[in-house]
Amino acid sequence: MSLSHRREGPDRLYVITSGRSGGADQNLDAVTLIVAESAPTPGMQSEHARILNLCAGPLSVVEIAAHLGLPVTVVRILLTDLIDTGRVTARHPAPASPAYPLASPEVLEKVLVALHNL
Amino acid sequence: MHSTTSESPATEQTGSPTSPLPDSVAQALKIAVVGGFGVGKTTMVRSVSEIRPLTTEENMTQAGVGVDDLQGVEAKTTTTVAFDFGRITLDATSVLYLFGAPGQERFWFLWDRLFTGALGAVVLVDTRRLADCFYAIDRLEAQGTPFVVAHNDFGEAEYSLSEVRAALDLDPAVPLTRCDARDRDSAKRVLIELVEHIRSLVLAQAP
Repeated sequence: MSLSHRREGPDRLYVITSGRSGGADQNLDAVTLIVAESAPTPGMQSEHARILNLCAGPLSVVEIAAHLGLPVTVVRILLTDLIDTGRVTARHPAPASPAYPLASPEVLEKVLVALHNL
Repeated sequence: MHSTTSESPATEQTGSPTSPLPDSVAQALKIAVVGGFGVGKTTMVRSVSEIRPLTTEENMTQAGVGVDDLQGVEAKTTTTVAFDFGRITLDATSVLYLFGAPGQERFWFLWDRLFTGALGAVVLVDTRRLADCFYAIDRLEAQGTPFVVAHNDFGEAEYSLSEVRAALDLDPAVPLTRCDARDRDSAKRVLIELVEHIRSLVLAQAP
């Protein structure tokens, strides 16, 4: 898959994020699942509109980055805009439980069943 | 012609270029596949993924300490590294992401940015370039991330597993296995071995 921003250099990335290099929601994990809560509206920044179209069903932050051809860092900033305005919701990975810091036996069992069925 | 993944119900959705997950999926898990260049990380991800592996990039702006010798350049540098990933839908509520990423020290910021909270890792080794995985093994041990080591022999065993274990100076408690990353069943067996290893660690630590 081509990484389209490579051809365009850093200036365009700076424009996409309105000059920001920080301010992204630190809770946005690589595999936080993003779901659109509204359709794109006319006049919306094109990257925001593309994210809303991509996330009709749940899609992870890294998948969004790959489909947009933008670095994950930039996508985190764009997603934070959309979360702050209620246009998307985020389903974060469950935090580790104190009893099972690595993973719960139930989760591991689920993964094993799915892998055996592959 | 059917693809080798056609039996999995989850692949029925891959007709769409973005392959959306079912609406009910709320929980995403991560497993990392680390190793040197050309060792077969992406191949292994592709062997088991329900989507064609995707590529994206992570940037890190930092002072460059311990990453590159900047020869007196004081300004911040931006390091960019590409990584591949694939996906396995586990059930109606859960999905597993598999990340392939270089394991050498200078790429390790990816771990902090991307793989925090991963269930565990597969360290893929190539006996022609064993040194490529030394740092990854040290780092995983130090941070307490469960891992298994898989010797990708591309179907041709040159060295015994005990020879590989000795060359890696690997802790006897860490599973070491042989695999052919191109083969779906072989890649699947490595992942099962990892998850069973994690389960044994979890049960041993159970309250």
